[in-house]
Amino acid sequence: MKPSLFDRVLMAGAIALALLWMLPLLWVLALSLKSNAVLMERTDAIFSTPFTLRNYADILANSAVFRWVLNSCVVAGVQTLLVLLLSSLAGYGFARCDFRGKRVVFALVLAGLAVPEPAVVIPLHRFFAELGLHNSYAGLILPRLAAPFGVFLMTQFFKAVPRELEEAALMDNASRWTIFWRVVLPLTLPAQATLGIFSFLAAWNDYLWPLISATRPEMYTLTLGLASTQTNFAQSEGLGFLMAQAVFAALPVLVLYAFFQRHIVAAVAGGKP
Amino acid sequence: MSSATFNRSAMAAPAWVGWAFVAPFLLCYLGLLAAPVLEGFWLSFNAVDLLTGRGQFVGLANFIDLVKDEIFLRSAANTVLFAAICTPALVGLGLALALVLNRPGKLGAWLRGTFFASNVLSVTVVTLIWRLVLLPDRGLLSQALPGFAPLTDESLALPFIALVTVWWGIGLPMTLILAALQQVPKDLYEAAALDNTSRWRSFRFITLPALRRTLILVAIVQLLGQLQVFGQAQLLTNGGPNNSTRTMVMFIYEALFDQWALGYSAAAAQLLFVLLVLGVSVQRWAEKREEAA
Repeated sequence: MKPSLFDRVLMAGAIALALLWMLPLLWVLALSLKSNAVLMERTDAIFSTPFTLRNYADILANSAVFRWVLNSCVVAGVQTLLVLLLSSLAGYGFARCDFRGKRVVFALVLAGLAVPEPAVVIPLHRFFAELGLHNSYAGLILPRLAAPFGVFLMTQFFKAVPRELEEAALMDNASRWTIFWRVVLPLTLPAQATLGIFSFLAAWNDYLWPLISATRPEMYTLTLGLASTQTNFAQSEGLGFLMAQAVFAALPVLVLYAFFQRHIVAAVAGGKP
Repeated sequence: MSSATFNRSAMAAPAWVGWAFVAPFLLCYLGLLAAPVLEGFWLSFNAVDLLTGRGQFVGLANFIDLVKDEIFLRSAANTVLFAAICTPALVGLGLALALVLNRPGKLGAWLRGTFFASNVLSVTVVTLIWRLVLLPDRGLLSQALPGFAPLTDESLALPFIALVTVWWGIGLPMTLILAALQQVPKDLYEAAALDNTSRWRSFRFITLPALRRTLILVAIVQLLGQLQVFGQAQLLTNGGPNNSTRTMVMFIYEALFDQWALGYSAAAAQLLFVLLVLGVSVQRWAEKREEAA
């Protein structure tokens, strides 16, 4: 079927909007390649020479950034693994085991979906201060382990796994643990990928809790570290440096996104890639 | 063995097995979520002395002070206004993009990728980029409109933070709606095409009803998220100019860390909780009313 004029106009509009959407990113990328001296004078000469990688060299010379990237990797990585483990165990328990009070407990867990983060950070801050957990990896990782979303998601997935597979294993006298670990868990890999991507992005981009818990610069995550440099935002100096920093922080996630785009979009849409 | 007898034998497995599976998560949940929620509720009725850490029960005093606090009222109004701008914008633009970009081929995929890409950036990267775009004199926007500095303008700052938020967050609603669009049975459209139904009518009577549940879900998720706006406002304007962009979460944060008013901050958090429940209830009520009409 030939696209109508109406379709063409809509598509042209979408393309124009997409270009507009990319414009801020391109602007920052272009200016990050200019020296501060040039940017002091004017910022409209973005396509003319000279270009420089000096701003990126400056970032790499600033060792704090590497520490922040490392912290973000540790926090997001460990948190994601633990969320997957806890959610899978609990999801299997809720979907496949029978015990008194299961319905009540499950309803209680689901109620947690409605709790806004700001409502718990004040008591958590006090609690973690008493335990001396602030400015530690444990302090940054622990709070999100209580998030009920993963349990909800995994329960739904375990319910969808055919029971026949477990029946066969049960007849072979396999223990519940063996069935979970060897038979059922491998079947939920797509769900693990979905939850894993969500958890990792949420942890990597988390702002409010790290801001509260990590007060020492060496325990900042990348997200928080970048915020700290913004608060000392000096307009006249280091414009190129700030630009390069924005690119430096955006690039890894954007590259990851480009690689896993199909999986991420599928994860969001709740389907298969 | 029939599945009925199997189920019985499975149930015969001791109850502790089930508890053992859910226990690790349940401990985290009780300790790190349920207990803090209850403690926050209790704190909101106390005046807490930070030096000794001891609280004194003051009843509703915190709440009464909040209702009289002009900055709090302003931040609550800002928060509602912000969500009222962002939620329809994200749902509406998300729907429009999903409808246009629901097509096979490379171009569609590239455009979908572009609109989703900003979604994976953290709030600090997003605000850093936009600060550089909105920089007075040397920002991208000032190239086109010299002297235009929306973030220092009392009436424009909040709408611009909303704009940044839409730029940041459009990918999620668009993708959710796209996924729902692909679930609409194709033969419905084919039948409509045979009947020479206009595009508007097939959108109004086939697409929209099929997307209803998804649109409601997207709207609720966005409303809940946008009422908790914090990072963008804090990093772009820090609540200014003249409190015009101070939000409720910012107020809670500042009451805690700038004024060390623990009970006061906890009380504000309870009111935010109430606002979220209210927001979702209003939406559900509107939806029921529309259903009845």
